[in-house]
Amino acid sequence: MNASSTQSRQPIDAAPILELQGITKRFPGVVALNNVDFDVRPGEVHALLGENGAGKSTLMKVLAGKHQANEGTIVLGGQEMAFENPKHAKRAGVVLIHQEQSLVAEMTVAENIFLGSLPRKSFNRVDWRKLREDTNAILERLKCGFQHDDIVGSLSIAKKQMVEIGRALAFTPRVVVFDEPTASLTDHEKPVLYDVINSLCEQGVGIVYISHRMDEIFHLSHRISVLRDGEYTGTVNTADTNEDEITRMMIGRSLTLDHASKPSEFGDNMLEVRNLTVKRVFEDVSFNVRKGEIVGMYGLVGAGRSEVAETIFGLRKPSTGDVVLDGDVVNFRNSHDAVVSGVALVPEDRKDQGLILGMNCRDNMTLASLSSVSSLGFMTSAKEREVYDKYHQAMKIKTPSWRQKVGNLSGGNQQKIVIGKWLHTQPKLLILDEPTRGIDVGSKSEIHTLVKDLAKSGYAVLVISSEMPEVLGLSNRIIAMYDGRVTAEFDGDNVSEDALVQAITGMGKQAQAS
Amino acid sequence: MMSIKGFFRGKTVIQPIWVFVIAIFIFFSFMSEYFLSWGNITNILVQTSTIGLIALGMTLVMINGNIDLSVGATLGLAASLAVGLQEFSMTFAILAALGSGMLLGALNGLIVWKTGVNAFIVTLGAMLGVRGLIFLYTGEQSFYAMNFAFSDFGMSTVGPMPTLAIIFLVCTLIMHLVLTRTGHGRNTFAVGGNPEASIDAGIRLGRHMMINFIIVGFFAALAGVLLASQMGAATPNLGRDYELWVITAVVLGGTKLTGGYGSIVGTLGGVLAIGILRNGMNLMQVPAFYVLVILGAILISVLIIDKKLNAPSAKEVRI
Repeated sequence: MNASSTQSRQPIDAAPILELQGITKRFPGVVALNNVDFDVRPGEVHALLGENGAGKSTLMKVLAGKHQANEGTIVLGGQEMAFENPKHAKRAGVVLIHQEQSLVAEMTVAENIFLGSLPRKSFNRVDWRKLREDTNAILERLKCGFQHDDIVGSLSIAKKQMVEIGRALAFTPRVVVFDEPTASLTDHEKPVLYDVINSLCEQGVGIVYISHRMDEIFHLSHRISVLRDGEYTGTVNTADTNEDEITRMMIGRSLTLDHASKPSEFGDNMLEVRNLTVKRVFEDVSFNVRKGEIVGMYGLVGAGRSEVAETIFGLRKPSTGDVVLDGDVVNFRNSHDAVVSGVALVPEDRKDQGLILGMNCRDNMTLASLSSVSSLGFMTSAKEREVYDKYHQAMKIKTPSWRQKVGNLSGGNQQKIVIGKWLHTQPKLLILDEPTRGIDVGSKSEIHTLVKDLAKSGYAVLVISSEMPEVLGLSNRIIAMYDGRVTAEFDGDNVSEDALVQAITGMGKQAQAS
Repeated sequence: MMSIKGFFRGKTVIQPIWVFVIAIFIFFSFMSEYFLSWGNITNILVQTSTIGLIALGMTLVMINGNIDLSVGATLGLAASLAVGLQEFSMTFAILAALGSGMLLGALNGLIVWKTGVNAFIVTLGAMLGVRGLIFLYTGEQSFYAMNFAFSDFGMSTVGPMPTLAIIFLVCTLIMHLVLTRTGHGRNTFAVGGNPEASIDAGIRLGRHMMINFIIVGFFAALAGVLLASQMGAATPNLGRDYELWVITAVVLGGTKLTGGYGSIVGTLGGVLAIGILRNGMNLMQVPAFYVLVILGAILISVLIIDKKLNAPSAKEVRI
């Protein structure tokens, strides 16, 4: 987390390559964008900020031709454009790098990069040599550690993202939009992305950069524009502003992470993990979580943190070791037993593991505790509504109605529904795996406050995170993992960032677990 | 989803298939004088009850993300058992028939659950194998029911309603309640919609899959018994192609092959659509082969229309 916010760059003085003027987009019943202005200059990184639901994605979809604006104009390189579809926009040189990746897992890197536009020879045959050469030229610019013939499905998430960027480069773009590009990247993978963005800038490409992470935005951008509730609140030069001002612009108030409000009264051990091992995944993991305590588990992606959580939850079978819950050796054989015994797991991937996207908000909320809303085996609609309303209010979930499909909600609201689902099971132990990944600042701090309040009311909480501020801000104790082992345990109020980084990157000698 | 909102305070949506059912109902009542008579309407219900009963179970299996191709063979086996075992006792024969269906369903469910092999393949195998069992058991002979109580039952009525129609409608109501009001129903949707998230929520996937396969097996066997009682006989080829008619009805009713979405009300619409079309065209004296061509064309067009109508939902507002 050394991305300092001091080296902000001076604004680039040039005529904009892209201008959006007075964009208004209405959906039935909602004005998603109201008279929004936005422009990008060649060679600059223009950050676009706003809480989830502020209209960033909609604005970018208008720009990339997925949506058509009801009012307003798009001017690209001095020419007024009306993009009818994404292909049209791409050809004109506007490329969107998706938050969700759209790659064909079974194909090679080269085939993915040139998907739909493979170079051809006579008789419509694929020109494999040209494909290879073109791909290598692009990979050269990306400087990433994979080959043109690697199968995309075998690459890590970070590398897949590079492939996605490579695909944008194949179009010789004039404007590239990055939507939350670092959401799934670890801290040491980010510089690679920054280098790619910088080199695009040097080539005169205009970059639109959407992110929730302040450090990145201050590190990368020249200018920052903010949207709030579909309205344009202003543009500032990065060099002339600070996080407080931006936060105020985004949410209309100033906001600081309150590190002092951690829980402080602990009871007996709620969870005790003893020498837990899953062969070839993690080894000899021991730690404990007390009632009323938040324990942070910090480590890089792939260190085995999620796997430890899954094993506690009964989704993986341990080779050796024990899981002790509230004094009893439990070693759950399946997730059902874990849930019944009072363990809740808020999974890493909301969409794949946490929610039934096609179901409405209420049904998702009661999914893990149907018996509590049923009598004689039949669910009572009124009781379900009661449960939903309770958590809907308590967690300030923003949705027009309980009938809304959760797939249509923003990340923050989706996560609140997952947490609400678990709170209603009245768990003894709450495990949160990356609870605020891809969530906007406002919801993030709400979730942090919620987690602390839960611990204070007696829950034992285990938080898995790869974000250092989150781990430091929440945890009473921090367990560091590296390469399938617990490398150190720290007091959450009294730890240096350096020591933490060393512990999770395998540097220095392995500290003994206390 | 296409819906006519404001109906029942926006809570209930009218599915496209019901619009279609009402349309063809009106069409045929103008085309044929006989169509609207009580005798004909109850006749449609009796004719569709066989496919309809199986479709109820199939709806649950498909919402659950699976499919059962062996229902036609299960029906055939149950029919043969129900008639063939009557020499011992009629109650025993019927119980054995129903039991065989549930057992085959449980077996399908168990294999799909424990091995993870696709339900399409497992039940395709079951379809072939069970049909083989029927020929083994019957020695390629048709059985005729000697007990008149059995064959009278299929033709009996309660007041103005044929018994079979009543059985079908009552089962429809029960399955609708099971699907919409019970935890099993909700979990069936959840597992079909996202198995991983269902596991995370502590839902016992395998158990719900098993139950649904047992339910469809039971309904296939029940349909077999009722069909045999209607005909007073069972032939070894009984139930061939029924799986296709059943799946057609369920899909017409809006249940998605990918799981996670569907309803019994829709399935009832799909079943009635097929029943009314067959009956109506029959009354209009359309030759049988044309009826098949028309039904096939209608299946595809209804799904195309449904897809077109559903397209805007992809652009729903993100909040």
